[in-house]
Amino acid sequence: MKTNDMNQVAVHAIFILLAAFCLIPFVLLFMSSVSSESSIVNNGYSFWPKEFSLEAYTYLWSQKSAMFNSYGITILITLIGTFVGLLISALLAYPLSRRDLPMRSILSFLVFFTLLFNGGLVPTYLIYTEVFHMKNTLLALIVPGLLTNGFFILLIRTFFANSIPVQIIESAYIDGASEFKIFIRMILPLSLPILATIGLMLTINYWNDWFNGLIYITEPQLFSIQNLLNRMLVNIQFLQQNNLGGQNMAVNLPMNAVRMAMAVVGILPLILIYPFFQKYFVKGLTIGAVK
Amino acid sequence: MAKTGWAATFKKLKRYRALFIMMIPGLAYLVMNNYLPMFGVVIAFKDINYAKGILGSDWIGFKNFEYLFKTRDAFVITRNTILYNGSFIVLNTTFAIAVAILLNEVRNKLAARFYQSVILLPFLISMVIVGYLVLSMLSAESGYLNLNLLPMLGIEPISWYFEPKYWPYILTIVQLWKATGYLCVIFLAAIVGIDHEYYEAATIDGAGKWHQIRSITVPLIAPTITIMTLLAIGRIFYSDFGLFYQVPLNSGPLQPVTDVIDTYVYRGLMTLGDIGMSSAAGLYQSLVGFVLVLLSNYIVSRRNKENALF
Repeated sequence: MKTNDMNQVAVHAIFILLAAFCLIPFVLLFMSSVSSESSIVNNGYSFWPKEFSLEAYTYLWSQKSAMFNSYGITILITLIGTFVGLLISALLAYPLSRRDLPMRSILSFLVFFTLLFNGGLVPTYLIYTEVFHMKNTLLALIVPGLLTNGFFILLIRTFFANSIPVQIIESAYIDGASEFKIFIRMILPLSLPILATIGLMLTINYWNDWFNGLIYITEPQLFSIQNLLNRMLVNIQFLQQNNLGGQNMAVNLPMNAVRMAMAVVGILPLILIYPFFQKYFVKGLTIGAVK
Repeated sequence: MAKTGWAATFKKLKRYRALFIMMIPGLAYLVMNNYLPMFGVVIAFKDINYAKGILGSDWIGFKNFEYLFKTRDAFVITRNTILYNGSFIVLNTTFAIAVAILLNEVRNKLAARFYQSVILLPFLISMVIVGYLVLSMLSAESGYLNLNLLPMLGIEPISWYFEPKYWPYILTIVQLWKATGYLCVIFLAAIVGIDHEYYEAATIDGAGKWHQIRSITVPLIAPTITIMTLLAIGRIFYSDFGLFYQVPLNSGPLQPVTDVIDTYVYRGLMTLGDIGMSSAAGLYQSLVGFVLVLLSNYIVSRRNKENALF
């Protein structure tokens, strides 16, 4: 029983306010990115700039090799990371979901213990840099994120255990199929929902990751979009100083507007695909909680 | 088939060898990414000298910890971590439940979907971008507040990134903005699962809307609330690094209110090069976090066996 009409109005009003609260920062960001630099310097970032201008975007376009480079890095690590991460997770989760697996409890414990205890930043950092020498390599952006702990494994394993009847596995085995064939031909197709969900979460994590780049990368060539944004947040002259773009525009670089434009460029892809994947995303979140 | 002994075990392992092979990449990865660093906790007990290497450096026992806890830093970062996370848990949960209940009341399905999408949107944004969003509001020279809003209200511009006293509120609001959508989705899923017959019976008995929410909705989603809260408490020693590092733009003067254990460890490692202290702090965090997770999981499993993680 829903509330009556009067209260519906109130409820809608509340949500319009809430929605505004959520969206306002984005509006400010976007509006600032299409302001002229002088209007920002004189009047600050505003919702309706005194003077519209696309100079920030023009500047970014002049730096397009740096932009394309970092976009390329982001897309590359997202694609590879999601694919490999999903593969490793599924391969690890499937045997754990099989009740007939020998040593199942020990192995499960080993995997899920990682959810409880973490070595910490310092040892992890030292392992990746001193032992595996991954500093300033593309691997440093991909590997740490593949499988941070057993959480995704837990989700996938639960799915396998609950949604795939043991009987069909058994009958396939009796019919002579090898474990690998069962996995590839039967299990994977049946688990598209969970793979899509986890894949989506991995994609978002990789797209948004800036931390790995922050600690492992100092070479500007390897900056992802988020890393580039990060450096620019702190050092407004970053693009200029590092001469990444090649093109050197003289003075009066629209730095304030450029920062905002850069941020818009950083979130645009996610916002564009969001409507399409929202359903899966919501489902993924609830799977995680309803365990 | 032999019933006992090595032969049988071996045969069993052989039969399942494909499954074991499948697990190799994942297990190898966990060893590299999670278990090797666990052995690295010895670093906290050593005086690291790169020339001597990790294994060759001197063992100094608890000296790093002594030093860490002697300084005021340990108190400040612990206090900040716990106070922030504690209030985040309370605020987020309350707010998200309220929003979820309200959202459930919206009759228009399309509108409800729209509202939910919008509220969830901040969750998808990285903290770096959030840093920019906050900058556009709080920048001293060009922020919206200083140049537009405050003058309208007749208030002097404030040097936001240098005044610690506002930041607990700023960070809390930012955090609320970002996390509400996620929690709301989860609570909404729980609310939707409640059997309508309860509400119908209550309406027949003459119970008003508020009464129904108090007596039916909240009690029936209590298990979900409990789990989410206990899980959050288990992680109370871990902060969202981005929130406390990116959003304040790593400003020095703000550190007394924005420094948490995670930022302290990071700074120690990357900026100061003080590996001893930062690894001591890191181990401190991991151990306390470990105990807390076990404890909270124990409590959850006592109340409701199936809700626990293990």
